[in-house]
Amino acid sequence: MGAEIARDWINARGGVDGRKVELRIEDNKSDPKEAASAAEKLIVRDQVPAIMGAWGSSMTLAAMPKLEEYGVPMVVETSSAATITKRGNPWIFRISPPSEMEALGLEQYVDRLGVRRADFLAVNTDWGRGAISAFGDMLKKKGVAVGAAEYMEQAATDMNAQLTKIKGTGGDTLFLTTAVEQITLVMKQAQEQRLERKIVTTGGSSSPTQLIKQAGAAAEGSYHIVFFMPWFPEAMPDGKLARAFVDEWGKRGHPFEGLTEGFRGHDGIATIAEAIRVAGRDEPKAVRDALWRVSLVGVNGPIKFEKDGPAGKESGQSKPSIFVVQIRDGKVALPDFLAKK
Amino acid sequence: MAELLQHLVNGLVLGGTYALLGIGLTLIFGLMNVVNFAHGEFYTLGAYATFAALGLAGAHFFVAVLAAIACGTALGALCELVLLRPLRAESIDTTMLVMIGVWIAMQNGELLIWGGVAKSIPHPFPTAPLVLGPVSIAPLRVFVLVLAAGLIVTAYLLIHTTRLGTAMRATFQDRDTAALMGVRIGRMHTATFAFGSGLAAAAGALLGPVFLAYPSMGDLASLKAFSVVILGGLGNLPGATLGGLLLGVAEEFGAGYVSSGYRDAVGFVIIIVVLLFRPAGLFARSERIG
Repeated sequence: MGAEIARDWINARGGVDGRKVELRIEDNKSDPKEAASAAEKLIVRDQVPAIMGAWGSSMTLAAMPKLEEYGVPMVVETSSAATITKRGNPWIFRISPPSEMEALGLEQYVDRLGVRRADFLAVNTDWGRGAISAFGDMLKKKGVAVGAAEYMEQAATDMNAQLTKIKGTGGDTLFLTTAVEQITLVMKQAQEQRLERKIVTTGGSSSPTQLIKQAGAAAEGSYHIVFFMPWFPEAMPDGKLARAFVDEWGKRGHPFEGLTEGFRGHDGIATIAEAIRVAGRDEPKAVRDALWRVSLVGVNGPIKFEKDGPAGKESGQSKPSIFVVQIRDGKVALPDFLAKK
Repeated sequence: MAELLQHLVNGLVLGGTYALLGIGLTLIFGLMNVVNFAHGEFYTLGAYATFAALGLAGAHFFVAVLAAIACGTALGALCELVLLRPLRAESIDTTMLVMIGVWIAMQNGELLIWGGVAKSIPHPFPTAPLVLGPVSIAPLRVFVLVLAAGLIVTAYLLIHTTRLGTAMRATFQDRDTAALMGVRIGRMHTATFAFGSGLAAAAGALLGPVFLAYPSMGDLASLKAFSVVILGGLGNLPGATLGGLLLGVAEEFGAGYVSSGYRDAVGFVIIIVVLLFRPAGLFARSERIG
C-alpha cells in the first residue's frame, strides 16, 4: 500500500523519464518455496527490471538464488537477517537494517533503559534467530547478563511455557522479536503469568498503535524499536515527506496501525524508481549498477548503499535511521530519556 | 518446583483447548470418515462470529458465544447437505479434496470480509490473573476450561446415551443395517457433521478471546485437532480428550525442559511413537475383525 503511494506520487510527477511506474504484485504466502517461484514468475513472465521484497527473511533468502540465476536486482525493504547481505549475492540491495545494525542503534540507550539482565523470546525463523544473536552480542559487550533465549513457532498462539521458563531466570528485560500478532499474545500471557519485565520489541514491525488497541494494559510501559514514527512525523529526518506520507495513507483509508510497515513499501519503490532514473533505462543489469549510485531521502531517512559481504560479490546495504518509542498511558510517546533532550 | 507446577497448569489449560478442538473432529473424521480439512475454518468462523455478535450487534458475551455455535452448526449442516451429500458414494479422497476446497474458500472469505489485521475479542472477565501460591492463571482460561469440560461431557452423553447418538453410531458402523432398522441415514450424516462443526465453532468462540481472531488461525487448530484425534483413536471422545491433555502437557514440558525451538516436535514425536506401537490410537478398543 505504501508502494502504491510511491507509484502514484512518482507517476503524478511525470513518471521516470516520462514512463509510468507499474507494480506487479505476487504473494509469497510467507512460504519460502512460494517466494522462489514468485520471484521467478516476476522475472520470466513479467520481465520486471527490479524486484522489491520480501517481508520475511526466510522468504528473501529463498528468492535470492533466482536473482543470481537471472540477473535481476532486488531491493529488500523489510527482512533483517544478517545473512542476506553476507552471502555474496551482488543483486541484493537492502534498505532495512539487519539486526546487527539495529542492535548497534540501541546500544546508546541500553544504560538509560536500565537493562542489566536480559532474556530473549523470538520467532523461530532466520529473522528471530538472527536478532537473538545480534542483540545478545551487543548486550554482552555492554556487560549485560544474558539469560534465557527462547523460541516460538511462527503460528504458535500459546507461549506460556516459554514465559514460565523466562520468569525463572530473574532478569529485568525481555527482548521480543516477532510479528505484531504474536507480540500481542506474548504481552497478554506475560500479564497472566505476572511476568514483571521491561519488554523491548525489535525489528520495527511491532506497530505500537495496534498493540495499544489489542493488548491494552498488557502493553503499558513497553519499548519498541521502530524505523518510522508516524505519531510524530515531524521528528523524522525529512519531516515534510513523512507528514505527507502519513496524510496520504490516511486519505486512502488505510489503517493507521499499518504505517510502521507501509512506509517500507514507499521507500523501496522510491529507491527502485530513482535507480531506473539514474540508469536512464529499465534493463535489470543497468538498474543494478545504478543502485550503487542512488542517494535519496525516503520516509525513514537517507538511503545510500554501502558494500557488505564477501569482496568482489558485495550486496548493497543502506544505513537506515533507528528510533525507540514507548507505550505510556495508552499512547505512543518518546521514552523519557529522549523526550527530555 | 514453582516452575514445575506452573508448567503443569499451563499444559493442562493448553491441553483442554486441544481436547475441545479434537472432539468435534473425532466425530466427523472418526465416525463419518470425512477427512475434514475445513475443521479449523469452523473454528475460525466461531471466533469471528463471536467478534461480530459482540461488536456489530452489541450482544452480551455469552449470547455471542451461543450465536457463534449456532452459526457453526448451521453452516456445518449446509456444507453437508450441499457438498457432501451428493458425494456419499464417492471415495474418501474425493471428499477430502472437496474439504480442502472448503478450507481455502472459507479462509479467503474471512480474509476478504475481515482483512488480515488480527482482531481482539473483548470478554467480561478480569485480566488480572488468579494467583494460587506459585501458580497464576487467567480467569478467562478457567472459564474456558470449565466450559470445555462441560461440552465434552455433553457430547459424550449425547453420543452414548441418547437415541440420536445410538442411531449416529449405528449409521457409521453399518449403514445398510441401520437403514433397515429405520434409521434415516441422510439425517444422521447431516446431524453428525453439523454437531462436529458446532463444536469447532464453540472452540473458536471460547479461544478467540484468549488469543486473537485472524484468518489463518484455523490452520494450526486443524493440525492440532488431527494430532489429537489420531492420538486418541478415531471417533473416540474420551480418547480425544485425554489425547488433547497429553499433547498439551507434553508440548509444555518439552518447551520448558528440553527446548522451546522443538516445542511442536515433542508433540509429533509422541504421535509417531503411539502410531508405531498402537496404530489405532492410544485409547482405541481392540478392533472387531470380519
